[in-house]
Amino acid sequence: MTIAIGHTARSRIVTRGLLFALPAILLMAVIYIIPVIVLMGFSLTDYSLGALNWRFVGLQNFVAAFKDPVFLRSLTNTALYAAIVIPAGVFLGLGVALLVHGRKASRGFWETAYFLPVTATLVAMATVWQFLLHPSLGPVNAAIKWFGFDPVSFLGNPALLIPTMALIGVWQILGFNMVLFLAGLTAIPQDLHEAARMDGARNPIDRFLTVTWPMLGPTTLFVVVTTSISAFKVFETVAVLTKGRSGSETLLYALYLEGFEYSNTGYAAALTLIFLAIVLILSIGQTVRMDRKVHY
Amino acid sequence: MTRKSIDLSGIRKSFGQTQVLADIDLQVREGEFLSLVGMSGCGKSTLLRIIAGLEMPDGGQVAIGGNDVTALDPSDRNLAMVFQSYALYPHMTVRQNIATPLRMRTLSLPARLPLVGRLLAPREARNRIAEAVNDAAEMLQIVHLLDRKPAQLSGGQRQRVALARALVRQPAAFLMDEPLSNLDAKLRAHMRDELAALHRRLGATFIYVTHDQVEAMTMSDRIALMIEGRIEQLGTPDELYRTPATLAVARFIGSPTINLLPAEVSPEGRLQVAGIETGLVTEPGPATLGIRAEDIHLAPEGIPARLIRTETHGADRYLTCQLATGDGQTIVLRQGASDPRPAHPQDKVHLRFAEGSAHVFGPDGRRRNHSHHRMVAA
Repeated sequence: MTIAIGHTARSRIVTRGLLFALPAILLMAVIYIIPVIVLMGFSLTDYSLGALNWRFVGLQNFVAAFKDPVFLRSLTNTALYAAIVIPAGVFLGLGVALLVHGRKASRGFWETAYFLPVTATLVAMATVWQFLLHPSLGPVNAAIKWFGFDPVSFLGNPALLIPTMALIGVWQILGFNMVLFLAGLTAIPQDLHEAARMDGARNPIDRFLTVTWPMLGPTTLFVVVTTSISAFKVFETVAVLTKGRSGSETLLYALYLEGFEYSNTGYAAALTLIFLAIVLILSIGQTVRMDRKVHY
Repeated sequence: MTRKSIDLSGIRKSFGQTQVLADIDLQVREGEFLSLVGMSGCGKSTLLRIIAGLEMPDGGQVAIGGNDVTALDPSDRNLAMVFQSYALYPHMTVRQNIATPLRMRTLSLPARLPLVGRLLAPREARNRIAEAVNDAAEMLQIVHLLDRKPAQLSGGQRQRVALARALVRQPAAFLMDEPLSNLDAKLRAHMRDELAALHRRLGATFIYVTHDQVEAMTMSDRIALMIEGRIEQLGTPDELYRTPATLAVARFIGSPTINLLPAEVSPEGRLQVAGIETGLVTEPGPATLGIRAEDIHLAPEGIPARLIRTETHGADRYLTCQLATGDGQTIVLRQGASDPRPAHPQDKVHLRFAEGSAHVFGPDGRRRNHSHHRMVAA
């Protein structure tokens, strides 16, 4: 008797639980899961947008991708871009946060100043940067010339394209990372800093290494993951500033060209899956590796 | 090394418009256990933080072992502090937590860096640190916890780790900021004993901040009772209990709270409570009579009152009585459990007290001298 009652009670709890989870599951399915499955389907075909018939081609799209010089170039370009933006974005963000955290009266001003680029539209800002970096009209080159150096063609020299765009990327993400680090800094109990001073941490480096840096671990992990993802998603600067000329395509830009300019839907779907896989592996890898160190 | 005197002279401190400390002079003797006690907001924690160097005084001087340290950074004062929150480094193991003060003081900056530091720190120095950490852990019986992190410890264990981190080196003095207030009552009583024992064993100077007069009374050599940024009275626990200098001290020290009765002193100097002669003689004018619960007894005759409540506390009984005359003032008295059974509630009783144990305070709250000319009257 009691077993039967227990059984029905439990199944009722399970049903109720499922009911509560259902809206979230539905949303996830509609927004993420079904599109990814459709994408996987597309990636195995030669479907192009508007075409009347299509063929199943197996993994040929993926094989083609790794033989496609444009895609391979976009991979290296994105890797270079990320290699600049991730460390610079994270450590400069931390540095700025430490400086701003020490201000009292002017803190609000600096926070706003550094956060403004985050709120600005990158497409519009890219146009501004185009002007700033212009070889003959731009103030940046005017300054370089004033110091007696030759003007630098930031957006003309193919070797400088990716580093220049990385610089803009750092400028854009700095404020966001700063705000995250500021939140992390505020959460560190004052007692710990005082305990470190009593324990003989005489100089700021000691206090930073003993208290601040380890206590920022969870924040740093989050900042590194979000910065990596936005670095791999770089698109607007390329679309506005270079349009991929002189071999400056990035992953998302190459993908955009294939999918929307050339209408190679099947191939673009395969590139998208590769992109997703890279982002997924990176974030899972970082989370698992750093998780062990940052949680106490 | 751990027996330095600490001298404070003319310490002043304000936060904005609020004056927190007003001209504090205090000599902490070497090797003494001194408690700073008072209600929250009395400035005791600020005073401790000024001694530690975590807070700068607006004026005055702090000297440790005769040397002026007022301008020195906390790290250069060689003091150890136990925080109310324990302030353990959550990312470090217990072992690393305890080792931190030694690493900071004995290793060079490069040798303290993460990763590369291991290679740069001389083996001998590292061994010395490991030994000292083990000794401290043994003294506080936490050797089995050395490889855990603070999050895996109970409140009492964290308390021990914080103490071990303080005594792993030989500081000039130990500063403690309400270290027991986050523990449950039983553990707190136990740690009181341990702290007192630790003080005897180390012979070190302890400055202990607490709002709990029981902690201050049970552990201290001397107590500085602070009220509104001043030291109201400085003395041994006995002195504060037996001869409170002011009404505020009398009220703060002792449990249950001292009985305070409004009194009137006749022009001839006879002190009366609720119109009844007490036999005490002092200056004429209004006054307050203070009598501790253990100094009042039930007697066949004396001040008439009515018993309204009996509370049994194991070895003691507290009886609450209401005076039959005046405006119905209540008085608490303490009886031993072996004393004759208390009367039934609502019964009429008579109270008497030994005049020698009475405290008389003037309208300014200061203690007044008094004498007595005969036994308590009815």
